[in-house]
Amino acid sequence: MHSSGHVALQHHFDDLDTQREASTFGMWVFLCTEILFFGGLFLLYVIYRQRFHGVFVQASRHLDVKWGGINTAVLICSSLTMALSIWAAQINRRKLVVVFLLVTMAFGATFLGIKAIEYGDKFHHHLVPGANFHYACPPGEECHPEQAQIFFSLYFCLTGLHAMHMVVGLGILSCLLLPAWRGRYNAEWHNPLECSGLYWHFVDIVWIFLFPLLYLIGRHVA
Amino acid sequence: MDTNSAAALDRPSYLTDGYGWKSWLLTRDHKRIAILYLVSITFFFALGGIFAMLIRLELLTPEGDLVQASTYNKLFTMHGVIMVFLFLIPSIPATLGNFFVPLMIGAKDLAFPRINLLSWYIYILGGAFTLWALIHGGVDTGWTFYTPFSTTYSNTYVVSTALGVFILGFSSILTGLNFIVTIHRMRAPGMTWFRLPLFIWAHYATSLIMVLGTPVIAVTLLMVAVERVLHLGLFDPKLGGDPILFQHLFWFYSHPAVYIMVLPGMGVISELIAAFARKRIYGYRFVAFSSMAIAVLGFLVWGHHLFLTGQSVYAATIFSVISMLVAVPSAIKVFNWTATLYEGSISFQTPMLYALGFIGLFTIGGLTGVMLATLGLDLHVHDTYFIIAHFHYVMVGGTIMAYLGGLHYWWPKMTGKLYAGFASKLSALLVFVGFNLTFFPQFILGYLGMPRRYWTYAPEFQVWNVLSTAGASILGVGYLLPLCYLTWSLFKGKQADANPWGAKGLEWQTTSPPPTYNFDEPVVVTEPPYSYVAEQHVVGQQEVESA
Repeated sequence: MHSSGHVALQHHFDDLDTQREASTFGMWVFLCTEILFFGGLFLLYVIYRQRFHGVFVQASRHLDVKWGGINTAVLICSSLTMALSIWAAQINRRKLVVVFLLVTMAFGATFLGIKAIEYGDKFHHHLVPGANFHYACPPGEECHPEQAQIFFSLYFCLTGLHAMHMVVGLGILSCLLLPAWRGRYNAEWHNPLECSGLYWHFVDIVWIFLFPLLYLIGRHVA
Repeated sequence: MDTNSAAALDRPSYLTDGYGWKSWLLTRDHKRIAILYLVSITFFFALGGIFAMLIRLELLTPEGDLVQASTYNKLFTMHGVIMVFLFLIPSIPATLGNFFVPLMIGAKDLAFPRINLLSWYIYILGGAFTLWALIHGGVDTGWTFYTPFSTTYSNTYVVSTALGVFILGFSSILTGLNFIVTIHRMRAPGMTWFRLPLFIWAHYATSLIMVLGTPVIAVTLLMVAVERVLHLGLFDPKLGGDPILFQHLFWFYSHPAVYIMVLPGMGVISELIAAFARKRIYGYRFVAFSSMAIAVLGFLVWGHHLFLTGQSVYAATIFSVISMLVAVPSAIKVFNWTATLYEGSISFQTPMLYALGFIGLFTIGGLTGVMLATLGLDLHVHDTYFIIAHFHYVMVGGTIMAYLGGLHYWWPKMTGKLYAGFASKLSALLVFVGFNLTFFPQFILGYLGMPRRYWTYAPEFQVWNVLSTAGASILGVGYLLPLCYLTWSLFKGKQADANPWGAKGLEWQTTSPPPTYNFDEPVVVTEPPYSYVAEQHVVGQQEVESA
């Protein structure tokens, strides 16, 4: 009952527990929405991959597994530090919360930086769909530049949408920094951290699906 | 009486809690946000109605003499886009739902008041995009944005309209999310799931569709916009893409969206029938679960929009069967409302007139839907006026009747004012007569083979078209009347007391209009919904004694 006078308690909730349950539940419902949002694009990918299997395998070799792999590792680490910042709040370590948030943001920025390098590389090789798209077919293999363009369209839409979610995530985390520094998040109340963490992990998991779908599967089939 | 109304005027309510534009535009009160939505959707309803009138005027004669063919294409597109995305989808949930979901479950507000306000601003932003496209010359793709016409060939403002609808989607998602969390977490003590009014069950089912369906059309329209700007080839057959894939993605949302439009209406009707028959809804649990069944089955029927555009015979057969299955929960509702009327103490107040109109019109709309779910008949009437008539019977005869019925039922609660009884009954009658005269001839036109979306037609169709246009004029008057007398009631109407209909439900236990936090005292629920039984029992006893 001591929570009924808490500073974070909003007027229309009876107590902090109800408020926390509501926010967390709302976040999960929102993530369901997000799954279906990405789902439309995943469906397009699956259908076109099945239809243009040979060219999709061929075109996926233009993606850099090294950068993709590093980025996967970076994101997994960022999810760990995100979880650690919540843990730090649970044990009332104010400065540690801020440190882990900053590290998480640094990992997120690294991911976006590497993504920018990859995009630049595609731009350099005329693999960005549109007027300047130019796809050189490997000699002796089937040649359908327009199908390769669909592969790269889906690559840019999926990773682009994912990168936009990363940018939003960085925005959310930066909004948490000041309240965290002021000690707003502690063992009793750290729900904004938790909900933001859910979002961050979700964006991470989307990448965990994107990496094999776009970079890995079928790559070594001749 | 005078002292009562004077006391009522002094009593603080959500309407007196702050004045000036800031107190409205920055409010987090679900009731004020509902009013913001009410004003905005009324504006867009009028705009969509003007397009409808222009369409009907053009079709008064077989020749294309009022507007050019390309203008006509824009008229029906803007009519569809505005009515579907800016009026029908937010209509009941964002106004009546926003206002009464918290009140009916005994909560102080929705779970996320700021997100609720945000959803209104997103709605306005999406509406602005659509209006921008309209002012610059409109769109001519039809509200369905079919590819490759929308992505490659149309020379109109497809991108801004598609982005407008994309943005509107998020407004709808946030409303649905707010309702789901509120209904799960904010119910008053004693308000168990099976004590929820059926209005709440209907909104819960609607919210599920909003949350799970809307993101799919959002990403699909985003792809249309990107494709149009960058020519990626995703939906362009010349570049290896598949335009039919767009139709699948589009209808995966847009068919369930039909249930977003009609389910809240069904929720309103359940409230009205119970209140004006003075009876508990017959088969409460069946009606509650039929809402959920409609929401679930609604996701599995989109292929019936593609019977003619190419899908496998097996897929078409399965979609046909599931489409017919949706009729089962819908019929359960109609039968149970009718059964509720049986031996009820029915009073024909204005909301009840709208509710009875709904039952008749929705039944026609629903039964023609079963006809359209059959593969053979659908091929015959596909893209004819039969389809137009069918979905207007559900959307206009169903949803708008329910919306107006609900608005008349809860108006005294929302504003604290009573409106004129005669004018409102006249409007219900005009809407019913005008509606039937507008749309019944279109069933005949469609069956005779008049295609939709053409600005000219064969001369032998004229008599039915004249009837339809005449009906639309009556319908227009029927819609203008409430605008007049409801506005009038705000200034001159008598003060309403807390429960002018003598209805059950938590919303009638608080004052009219309600205080900012809805209830002055903590709410505890001790009885099932619509517990009119005891009252009726007393009446029965008196009859026995007098006999």
